[in-house]
This record gives sequence, structure tokens and C-alpha cells, in this order.
Amino acid sequence: MTTRRQFLFLTGGALATTPVLAQLDPNIAQKRKAALEEAIRKVTGGAPLRQGRVKLDVAPLVDNGNTVPLSVTVQSPMTAADHVKAIHILTEKNPQPHVLTAHLGPRAGRATLSARCRMADTGNVIAIAQMSDGSFWSEAVSVIVTLSACLEDGLI
Amino acid sequence: MAPVVVTVPTQAKRGEVIEIKTLAAHVMENGFRRTQMGELIARDIITQVVCTYNGVEVFRAELHPAMAANPFVAFTTVATESGTLEFKWTGDNGYSASHSAAITVT
Repeated sequence: MTTRRQFLFLTGGALATTPVLAQLDPNIAQKRKAALEEAIRKVTGGAPLRQGRVKLDVAPLVDNGNTVPLSVTVQSPMTAADHVKAIHILTEKNPQPHVLTAHLGPRAGRATLSARCRMADTGNVIAIAQMSDGSFWSEAVSVIVTLSACLEDGLI
Repeated sequence: MAPVVVTVPTQAKRGEVIEIKTLAAHVMENGFRRTQMGELIARDIITQVVCTYNGVEVFRAELHPAMAANPFVAFTTVATESGTLEFKWTGDNGYSASHSAAITVT
């Protein structure tokens, strides 16, 4: 005969563990990391990413991952000879890392961009600036998300 | 409700850097959500925003599913001459919206 304690242990254990196992891929961390590295490689074409020149403004703690305001400013004279060609924004923990790619030119006057993104989980937001001389500069900012953007099941 | 809202100054000095804010009313369904029956909801997003100044492209952005609903994009451009700024949004399922704003440069 099953005692009350055994019954609770069996059913409670089953309820608590099976949905999590069914939803989350055990290799989720590696898959996300590989997806981000692949996305960065696609953007840079294998060129090295340098730190600096890019300033990424995001709140360090956001309540709602559905709308995360962010703005990017790149130090550049924005002349025909030396300007920012593109600004890429990526996230670390989203099912697809890409958020936005903006193509600018000397007509922009200033290399600034504001947008709102979605974040599925606490992690880094990365801004990459592609310069006219072919160099890539980036900044990553860690953001804590309390309510994630809608992702009811398996990420990736 | 207007499908798009764009903020452009009506007047500017020649050579001045003006800020342009654009917002399109769109649900931006990201393609990762499911219905209660467990079926995936198809992706439905705006994929591109283009701004042209008197016919010359000055800004272009490619949007991905991680953009928030009602995508907001703000950028800058140099006021070179009087004329019109044309904005065009294109997206999944044949979505298309456009807007034009006049600017007087002194």
C-alpha cells in the first residue's frame, strides 16, 4: 500500500521535474553560445572585435523584456573618409542573436541610433560598429531581465 | 490609428544634424510563441526600414524578430537642402507602409 508520503513524493517529483526536462534542451548554454559566435562571425567576417569607441546605453535592470530601450553612440567624425558603415545589435540569450542592423553613412552626421529590443533572458547586449576602414569595435553590457519576452517553450 | 508616426523637424539650418524618430504600429509576432493547442504562431515582423532624403538613401535598418512590438528606430541625418524625407517599411506577409515629411532648410 502506498503511504501518503510516498504518494506525494512520486507525484510531486514527477510534476516538478518533467515539464522542465521536456522544455529545455540540456545543451542550451552551448547552443546559445555557438549561435552568438556564429552571428558575430557573420557580421565581422572573422575580423577581430576591438573594445572601445562604441557606447551602448541600456538600463542595467529591466522589468519587462518585451521592450528594452537602448541607444548606441559611436565615436566617429562621420566624414566621407572615416565614418561608421553599420551598427549591429546582438543579444546573448535570445533564440536568434540578431536584433538590428543599421546602415549609416557620412550623411548621418552623427553615429547614433536608438531602438527597442526584446530580451528572453538576463545576459549581455552587444553593439558592434563597422567602420569604413574595415575595423570592428564593440561594447557589451550586462542586463538583468525580471520578466522575459514571450517564450513559452524550448529556446532555440 | 495611423500605421506610422515619424518626428522630423520642419525647419533646420543648413548643415545641422537633425534627429529623426520613427515608429510603426505592428505586432511583430516573433515566430517563437505557441497557441494553446501547441502550434507555432507564424512569424510576422517588419524586416526593413529605409529613409531617403530627396531620393538619396541616408539610412537603412534590417530588423529581426528580437525587435520590440511597434518597432521604434531613431537616427540622425544632416540637413543639406529643402525637400522631402521618405520613409518606407517592408515586412512579412506583404506588409508595406510609407510616410513622407517635408523639411525647409535655411
